[in-house]
Amino acid sequence: MNDTKLLETVERYIRGEMKPDERLHFENLRKTNAEIDQLVVEHTLFLQQLNHYGERKSFKSSLNDIHTDLTEQGKIDSMRLKGRSKVVYLWKRYKRVATIAASIAGITTLTISALVWMLSPKPTDNLQGLNRELEGIKKEQQNQKAVVNNLKDQINTDKKAERKSIQFKSGGTGFLIDGKGYLVTNAHIIRNSINIAVFNNKGEEFNAVVLKTDNVKDIAILKIEDKGYKSIASLPYGISKTVSDVAEPIYTLGYPRNDIVYSEGYLSARTGFNGDTLSCQLGIAANRGNSGGPVFNHNGEVIGILSTKETESEGVAFAIQSKYIFDAIDQLKKDTIYQSLKLSSKSSVRGMNKQQQVQKIQDYVFMVKGD
Amino acid sequence: MKPQTDEKALLEGLANNDKKAVETIYKDNFNMVQSLIINNNGSSDDAKDIFQETIIVLYEKVRSGTFELNCQIKTFVYSVSRRLWLKRLQQQNRYSSPGDSMENVVAVDEDIEAHEQRNTEFEMMEKAINNLGEPCKSLLEAYYLQKLNMQVIAANFGYTNADNAKNQKYKCLMRLKKIFFAHYKNGNSDE
Repeated sequence: MNDTKLLETVERYIRGEMKPDERLHFENLRKTNAEIDQLVVEHTLFLQQLNHYGERKSFKSSLNDIHTDLTEQGKIDSMRLKGRSKVVYLWKRYKRVATIAASIAGITTLTISALVWMLSPKPTDNLQGLNRELEGIKKEQQNQKAVVNNLKDQINTDKKAERKSIQFKSGGTGFLIDGKGYLVTNAHIIRNSINIAVFNNKGEEFNAVVLKTDNVKDIAILKIEDKGYKSIASLPYGISKTVSDVAEPIYTLGYPRNDIVYSEGYLSARTGFNGDTLSCQLGIAANRGNSGGPVFNHNGEVIGILSTKETESEGVAFAIQSKYIFDAIDQLKKDTIYQSLKLSSKSSVRGMNKQQQVQKIQDYVFMVKGD
Repeated sequence: MKPQTDEKALLEGLANNDKKAVETIYKDNFNMVQSLIINNNGSSDDAKDIFQETIIVLYEKVRSGTFELNCQIKTFVYSVSRRLWLKRLQQQNRYSSPGDSMENVVAVDEDIEAHEQRNTEFEMMEKAINNLGEPCKSLLEAYYLQKLNMQVIAANFGYTNADNAKNQKYKCLMRLKKIFFAHYKNGNSDE
């Protein structure tokens, strides 16, 4: 009996397929042959296991079939979770995790804040110190503020003083030579100036343009170009073509400050500084701002244009001789536009006393400002 | 509570692998188990797994012939499912006590122990058979599980005659026994 046959016999015995006499024979064999008995026991167990396996496997697959069938027929809930039930499900599934996460977060927060509280310096004493310090800083700041305010005030006053000269860097005096608005002044007053304004003694402002400058003679001819200016028919003074005699009393009107200022003196010499024949020397108190002002003789005739003063000695000034005004006008007259320009040599204030002369003349003496 | 006669019939049907009986049991109990699982951190897939395992417990209990059902099928199914699910949760470290009251639960520890024993055996056999490789696996399954006779098997597997098939089957069986008993004895000595 080979092994294959033996096993087949054992299987037949286990399955109970043997006929009674064969079975009896086999059972006797089992009793006498321990090896066969062992084989039977072992194989019985094995076949049992194999059967269980088979049964369960087929049952499992039949259960799966049933599950699919029943779901399709709608006899059991197909748990495709939707909407609220899904939320509930997710919440139930993860609430433990969420709780743990929340607790960890809470503990961490508490720990960190505790650590911060423990490690941060105790504030009270330092705070007071800081307060004092702050108080000190405050005071210092107040002091600084006061200083700054003072400075500001200074700056403001400075500004006020400088305001005019900031707007108009140079200033001087000028006077009308023709009622239509022609003015004579010093060339150095309006040198480098683009905009020129003239003010009369009432404070009225007029714009003026430069028609001609003669830097050598230091003469400039201006014209008032302003709607507010009204032509004057005739001027009360004339312009002398000759230089007066030495020691003749002279006076001048000018704007060393914002008001018109009168000052008087005498003709010192018929020549100017270092024998300059263009000008003459005056003994008169003149200041900056008097430049360009007219020098009148006692008849109220313009004998010169006050232009410079000697720096080394007080009361010494120089005036450009008035005859050069005629030269300048003559040159200007080459242009046909200025043909009508007429200089009067006759003074209408002649014979009046000084007060009366000044009264008449002062309206025609202007402050000249250039930027 | 005495099991009702139709329940007895259902169990008999289950024991005889009657599809209609299995379907009825399935239909009557699945939703209950599913809500139990889902209300306790489970998914619908978990519910299906646990319920089918429960039915297998019931099936094997019925087939063993020693089964005396002294409660309703529903109660038994609920108890087993609950027990199995708790075990599963403990294995996954996701334990949370089901909030349900204990009133309708019967003691199923023995059943579950027996089931687990069979589970290990089943897994051993499954592993052994899967280790066999073809054609041994199909040959043995055809003969021992599908209970086909040797002539049919010889024809299906392309053997010239039944004796050749028998010889081949014998060799395969010897290999399977060797693999299975190696695991089986190891498994038993572990216990």
